[in-house]
Amino acid sequence: MKTLVCIKQVPGTAQVEIDPQTGTLKRAGVPAKMNPFDLYAIEAALRIRAAAGPDSTVTVLSMGPPQCEKVVREAFAMGADSGAILTDRAFGGADVLMTSFTLSQGVGKLGPFDLIVCGKQTTDGDTAQVGPELAEWLGIPHVACVKAVDAVGADSISVTADLPDREVSQRVPYPCLITVEKGIAEPRLPSYKLFKSTAARKVEYIGLADLADSDPKHYGLNGSPTQVKRIFPPPSGAGRTMLEGDAAAQAAALADILEERNFLR
Amino acid sequence: MSFSKFTEEDLAALRAICGEARVTPREEIGDDFCHDELGGAFHRPDARVKVLSTDEISAVMRHAHARNLPVTVRGSGTGLVGGAVPVEGGILLDTSGMTHILELDEQNMTLTLEPGVLLMDVAKYVEPRGFFYPPDPGEKTATIGGNISTNAGGMRAVKYGVTRDYVRALEVVFADGTVATLGGKVAKNSSGYALKDLVVGSEGTLAVVAKATLRLLPLPKFKVSLLVPFPDLEKAVSAVPSVIRASSVPTAVEFMERDVILAAEKYQGRKFPERSADAYLLLTFDGASQTEIDLAMEAAAETCLAAGAADVFISDTDERNESIWSARGAFLEAIKASTTEMDECDVVVPRSRVAEFILFARSLQKRHGVRILSFGHAGDGNLHIYVLRDALDEKTWEAALRGTFDDLYARARELGGQVSGEHGVGFAKKSWFSESVSPETLAIMRGVKAAFDPKGILNPGKVV
Repeated sequence: MKTLVCIKQVPGTAQVEIDPQTGTLKRAGVPAKMNPFDLYAIEAALRIRAAAGPDSTVTVLSMGPPQCEKVVREAFAMGADSGAILTDRAFGGADVLMTSFTLSQGVGKLGPFDLIVCGKQTTDGDTAQVGPELAEWLGIPHVACVKAVDAVGADSISVTADLPDREVSQRVPYPCLITVEKGIAEPRLPSYKLFKSTAARKVEYIGLADLADSDPKHYGLNGSPTQVKRIFPPPSGAGRTMLEGDAAAQAAALADILEERNFLR
Repeated sequence: MSFSKFTEEDLAALRAICGEARVTPREEIGDDFCHDELGGAFHRPDARVKVLSTDEISAVMRHAHARNLPVTVRGSGTGLVGGAVPVEGGILLDTSGMTHILELDEQNMTLTLEPGVLLMDVAKYVEPRGFFYPPDPGEKTATIGGNISTNAGGMRAVKYGVTRDYVRALEVVFADGTVATLGGKVAKNSSGYALKDLVVGSEGTLAVVAKATLRLLPLPKFKVSLLVPFPDLEKAVSAVPSVIRASSVPTAVEFMERDVILAAEKYQGRKFPERSADAYLLLTFDGASQTEIDLAMEAAAETCLAAGAADVFISDTDERNESIWSARGAFLEAIKASTTEMDECDVVVPRSRVAEFILFARSLQKRHGVRILSFGHAGDGNLHIYVLRDALDEKTWEAALRGTFDDLYARARELGGQVSGEHGVGFAKKSWFSESVSPETLAIMRGVKAAFDPKGILNPGKVV
C-alpha cells in the first residue's frame, strides 16, 4: 500500500507578527517548524503502514522554498520512506486553490497513491481547505476531520470523522484522501538514529518543468483568484471593562452587568 | 520551649495592626491552613494574620516577641515537610497577599519583589521582557518567599544552580521586629558573614523575608529536549556523569521509569509519545543560538548511544516539549493519585552514586513490603523517592515507612549524601537530619538559631 502525506513548514512560534504595511507575515528571523497537524498526519500514516503490512510505504510531499526540505528530513526521522518538495519561483504566492492544484500535479508526478493523508489545517493559513480541494483536483473521495482510523482493509479504509454535531464512521475505497485531527494518535518524536541513517537519502525536487501542466499562468500568484486586500491583527483589549473598587463593589458591578445582559434569570 | 497562651487581647492587638478583616481567629480558620502538601503534620494556629507590608510584619513580630508567641510564616502552603505548619500554634503569618513586583532593574539585571509573588508569575513577568529566572521547582504555585525559605532547587539546577545562587538581597524582619537589609544589588560580596545566604534555606526559623531582590540572566532563546530510552534504569542513570561531561552542561537531566510514565498517562488521560523502554533520561539544552544547542545535542546523543541507549528522540518544538514535560510535571500528582497515602524522601547524593542509590531504594520494596516509585534530577543527584501505602493497615504502614526511611537516609549518609536536596527539613525530616550531622555541628546551628531568635518564637519545632 502506498501512502502520501502532505506536510508544510510553518513559523515556529504562535507569536508571528503581521507587517501592517504589506499585510504579510513577518517570517524573517522566525524559526520554522513542521505544521503541528501534519505530525498527526505522519503518525497516522506510519500506523496505517504498519497495519497494511510489508511492501507498504509512506512518502511525504511538501511545497515551498528549498529550506522546506528540513520538514521532509524530519519526516524521515519519524520513519517516512521517501520524500519530495515542490519548489519553483512560479509556485510563490499561491492561494488555497493554486496550492491544492500544485500539490495535485506533484501527486501526478510521484503517484499513484492508494491513500493521501493531510493534517486538518495549517497553523499559519488555518483554512482547512487544501486537503479536500486536493482530493477534488484528483477526482478521488475524501473524508475531512478524521479522529480515528478504525480499520485498514485491502481495498478500503474505515475512519471516524469528528463533525461539529456528530461523529460519522465511513468506509472509503482507495484511492482516497483523509485529513486528520490532532489527537488521532500521539505523534512519535523524531529519532536521532534515523536522522543520521537517512542523512544521505535524496529528497526529490520537483519544479514547474517536471509537471504535466507546465503553464506558469496556472500556478502561484498568477493563477490565484484570491486577492488579499489587507491582513491585520484583531484589536486586542477592546471591549474589556475593568471593575474598580473593593470586592463588594466589584461584585455588585459584575452582577449589574450580568443582569443587564440577561445572564441572570 | 514554652510560649504564652494566645488571648483575646492578642487578637485585638493583631487587629489593631492589620485591621479586622485580615486577622482570622482560630475557630474560623479552615483546615487548609493547618497542613501543607505532604508533611504529615496538622495543627491549627491561634490566629491567621494576612500581612501586606514590611511594616505590618514588623509590628506583628514586635507584638509576638513582647508576648512570647510563636510565629509561623506561610506562603502558598505547597511545602512537603510541614515547614509552614504551626506545630506550636500561635500566629500564622500569611504573606500570600504580598504579591507586588516592585522593580525590574535592567542594568543590574535584578528583580525586586514581595514574598507572596508566585513562582509562575515571576516567569510570566520576566520572560516577555527578555530575562530569565533559572530556579525551576516543579511547584509553580509556590511563593518566591517559600522558595527562598527552602532554598528550592528544581530541574535546571544542573546547569544554573538553586535559589540561593539567585538571591542578591533580602529585606528581613528579625524576631524582635527589627527590619534589616541583607546583601544588595552587587555581584560580589566579601563583607562579613553571609547572613543573607544563611536566611535562604532557613525555613522561616531565623527571620521573616519581607522583600527579595533576585538575580536574573538573559533569556536563552533556543531550547531542545532529548528523550533517551535505555534498556534499564541502571544503564540510564550510569550514563549521566559522562553526558554532563560530554559538551556543554545540560539545563536539566531527569530520569523516569515506565511505571511512573504509565501512572502519568492514566492521570492525564493522554499518551506519552514514547513507551518502548523501561527507563528514560530526559535531557534539556538551552542556549543563545541554534548552532550552540545542536552541537551540545549531538555530543550528548552520541554519548548516550555509546552508553547503551536504544535511540535518542528529539523534542524541538513547543508541542513536542509540551507532550513530554506535561507528563513530567504530572508525575507527583499521578503517583499521589495511584495510592492511598504516601511519603517522600528528598535525599541528594553525589552524581556518581545516583544509580547505586536508586537500585538500593528499589531493593527496599521487598525488605519492607511497600511499593516504592522514584523519579528525579539525575543530573544533580537529588532524588524523589516515594513510599506508597496502597492497602496497608495503619500499623504496618507506619512501621514499613519508618523502616524504609531509616534505611534510605542511612545509605545516603554512607554515600556522602544529605537529608534534603530541595524540600527542606521542616518538621517531618527533623529526626533524620539531626542524625546526619555531628553533635558539634548541630550545636553551632542551634547557636545560630539562638543568635537570630533568642526566644525561639520563629517557626518553633522545625529544622534544629
